[in-house]
Amino acid sequence: MKGNIIPTAQPVARLIEELSKLPGIGPKSAQRMTYYLLRVPIDEVKALAEAIIDVKEKITLCSTCFNITDTDPCLICRDEGRERSRICIVEDPLDILPLERTRKYRGVYHVLHGVISPGDGVGPEDLKIKELLGRLNSGYVTEIILATNPNVEGEATAMYLQRLITPLGVKVTRLARGLPYGADLEYADDATLSRALEGRQEF
Amino acid sequence: MPTPRNYQAEVIVLKHRGFGEADKVLTLYTLEYGKVRAVAKGIRRPGSKLGGHVDLLTHSQLMLARGRNLDIITQAQTIDSFIELKSDLDRLSYGLYVAELVDCFTEERMESRAVFDLTLNTLLRLSEASSPDIALRYFELHLVDLLGYRPRLHNCASCNTLLQPVTNFFHPVSGGVLCPDCAMNVSTVRHLSLNAFKILRLWQDCSFDNACRVRLNGELAGELEMVMRSYVKYLLERDLKATAWLDRLKRDRLSGNMSRLVGVDSADIGDYNSALIGR
Repeated sequence: MKGNIIPTAQPVARLIEELSKLPGIGPKSAQRMTYYLLRVPIDEVKALAEAIIDVKEKITLCSTCFNITDTDPCLICRDEGRERSRICIVEDPLDILPLERTRKYRGVYHVLHGVISPGDGVGPEDLKIKELLGRLNSGYVTEIILATNPNVEGEATAMYLQRLITPLGVKVTRLARGLPYGADLEYADDATLSRALEGRQEF
Repeated sequence: MPTPRNYQAEVIVLKHRGFGEADKVLTLYTLEYGKVRAVAKGIRRPGSKLGGHVDLLTHSQLMLARGRNLDIITQAQTIDSFIELKSDLDRLSYGLYVAELVDCFTEERMESRAVFDLTLNTLLRLSEASSPDIALRYFELHLVDLLGYRPRLHNCASCNTLLQPVTNFFHPVSGGVLCPDCAMNVSTVRHLSLNAFKILRLWQDCSFDNACRVRLNGELAGELEMVMRSYVKYLLERDLKATAWLDRLKRDRLSGNMSRLVGVDSADIGDYNSALIGR
């Protein structure tokens, strides 16, 4: 790293290097954070360090839905009030948060941990698809909601899952694709607009 | 061509990769400048003005601003989003293979109108043509041609004698077809059936409409696919990543895994599931 040319105390240089490995953190941000941490009381720094270690040691994947959790099964899977007949398929654990924020969905989830991406060599065997079919095996699943992202890879994954699941007699639905709230028609692309037209509803 | 500070480009989106909080780095094949990598800022947020205009396999008109490392996309307008292509899993997968092939075979900032037109036409053909297989083989054959790797199909690639209508041999290392005599002297050659040989020769010089008149049975289509794949693999010195996925889809299609399951009730899912796991 260029910063090492300037004489810097070894622990400082090490922290800068470690921090700059984080996503979205460049060398400059890493330097700022390091010098900030130098000024912070030791208790706060310890709390941060422990939180980081805790997250690595205590978090596992839920054995049912593969969400990240500290208890297995996860809070959503063990919640008695949720409908187990409905499974919403998402790409990443992060995608569950916005869906939960809507408070409209009372079913359970299944996290694929990725999408089919032929150009990157990611196929179905790299995702939690076998495990999903295992869940369908239980028999009382009536609906699968495909909530992969509305882009080419998300669509490819959704179409592949539809091919696999529809023959099993389970209803397969896809999140509606159309105009996002706060958007501007002027900037909408034709794929989105034509889907918005197809999916229009009586008002 | 030196790029101005702000410039317009007609592009096909070949590849994307997440970058930072909500950005993406796109690999574009532009008509004016060849392959260009550019940043689409804020594209992962809903309501982004770029949004679907720069999704994979989209033909768009862009406005770009020259950046220090990567250029930045400032405006985008879709020309064709190939909706038919994207709503069919097989055709979409072929499209992704086309994009990967163009990405692997081209260098940044080396413009070629012919490569751009061929790619665009192939995506159109894949959405419309009744035989996407022919569109794909035609594309491979003509892409390597445009890039200077035109396979030799009329004269033996080694001794230059006119090739006879017999079973000849395809040899990627020699850059084309070998006559039976020359093929004896090389170790790894592939038999090229007379029909496959004739079709390759026809396709190399005919229009796509004429190429479509050929009727392929499964065996012949498979042979042509293997010939072109071995040549592409030799030129790139590796397998394309998308081929594993294409093979998988084909296996599923041939074995009828999907279709056989139509009408199976849920009690049989366990059998299906273990079959899938064991595959």
